[in-house]
Amino acid sequence: MVNYAIQVDNLRVRRGRNEVLHGLGFEVPRGALVGLLGPSGSGKTTLMRSIVGVQREVSGKITVLGHPAGSAKLRHRIGYVTQAPSVYLDLTVRENIRYFASILGVVRGDVERVIHATGLDAQADQLVGSLSGGQLSRASLAAALLGTPELLVLDEPTVGLDPVLRFELWNLFRELSAAGTTLLVSSHVMDEATRCDRLLLVHDGDILADETPTGLLERTATTDADDAFLALIKAADRGAADTHPDAGTGRKEAP
Amino acid sequence: MNLRRTLATARRVLTQIHHDPRTIGLLLIVPSLLIGLMAWLFSDTGVFDLVGPAMIALFPFIIMFLITSITTLRERQGGTLERLLALPTGKLDFILGYTLAFGLLAIVQSSIAVGFAVWVCGLEIEGSMWLLLAVAIADAVLGTALGLLASAFAQTEFQVIQFMPALVFPQILLGGVFLAREDMPDVLHAISDWLPLSHAIDALNAVARDSEDAGYVGTKLLIIGAFIVGAIVLGSITLRRRTP
Repeated sequence: MVNYAIQVDNLRVRRGRNEVLHGLGFEVPRGALVGLLGPSGSGKTTLMRSIVGVQREVSGKITVLGHPAGSAKLRHRIGYVTQAPSVYLDLTVRENIRYFASILGVVRGDVERVIHATGLDAQADQLVGSLSGGQLSRASLAAALLGTPELLVLDEPTVGLDPVLRFELWNLFRELSAAGTTLLVSSHVMDEATRCDRLLLVHDGDILADETPTGLLERTATTDADDAFLALIKAADRGAADTHPDAGTGRKEAP
Repeated sequence: MNLRRTLATARRVLTQIHHDPRTIGLLLIVPSLLIGLMAWLFSDTGVFDLVGPAMIALFPFIIMFLITSITTLRERQGGTLERLLALPTGKLDFILGYTLAFGLLAIVQSSIAVGFAVWVCGLEIEGSMWLLLAVAIADAVLGTALGLLASAFAQTEFQVIQFMPALVFPQILLGGVFLAREDMPDVLHAISDWLPLSHAIDALNAVARDSEDAGYVGTKLLIIGAFIVGAIVLGSITLRRRTP
């Protein structure tokens, strides 16, 4: 039996009057580095929030590390980074990390470890509000690495970063994955797709593809992830237009 | 609830304020300045001795209400609350951490305000200074607890500021500062009995004039305490781990 970190079955999520996820199902094996790709507004964040257990009006079944999503037992075992850098701007990096460390009850040494792992040693005593955009999102990531969680859910961790930093962060993700951590990383930068073990392509609240990067390129007969994704979206919209003439225009995620 | 997490949260809130010296200055000095202004305004009229005790209740209450509601709203908007609730933070850890941090600030703030009113502005206090201070602190903590609760119902800063006239002004109007509560129309008198600030002002007046025994002041303190506990419990119920 394959050991799964995440199992999602017929997941539907409503936000207000709109259904934003329409019955998704997929599995993420333990230790995998899975990219969650899709245009903005496709439902990536809602899907991640459902897995972490902070999303309301969720139906279907989500099992995370053997427990239903949102169980109190999971709060020590999942690291979650939201799109907004959820750290305190009026505290230093070290003060932020120390606070989250004492919430988790992890050893003091872990604070320095995660600061070092995210390359923030030089900024450790700087107020987070005075950091650059890239340093800010790394500070938020550092907090999620505390206590070495078994599953990391990272919502657009590389957005707004320069290519060098993006490269370094993806190296870090690969290291974590090699050490046994399962990672679900969302992005709308398609060239990051090639760094993943597997890709989940989300479009308009449905999963368009769930395969390896090379498999995806072969299936779509393209040479880069951007083209592959465009080809899949075009094919999906054509398929939807054949059955319901209005589909694809009326179903839009609420802001 | 977990003591370590509650204390860590309180320490974190105080560290945030420590990085903002201007806030500390405003927090500690503004109530005293306002009390001083009142004393000056009514100098030689004897009015200050009538309304002075109530002012000790009012200004710290209002300022703590505003500061708390805005800080916690910021926490909701900035995503840090979502992160904390995805971590093993108890809802009470969060609320009590804030209450503790702002409660400590309230002790310092109220002590300065009481000291200033009595020694600088010459407010006559017939009863116990300690009892006066205790009521003033309870009142500032009440402001904190109500601020925490109000922030749960506000989505924006604009809304949270409006809660101040909506929740605080009626309590000031009906609290007995402008007109003794006994002289109000019956309906308003009955309503004022259910507003926590009325009891705080009653208690401060009783201590200042030494008109009632300690049991009376104790009862009033218990009523304020009940409102604080009620606001904290309601506030933690309104915290939701799952949001739309």
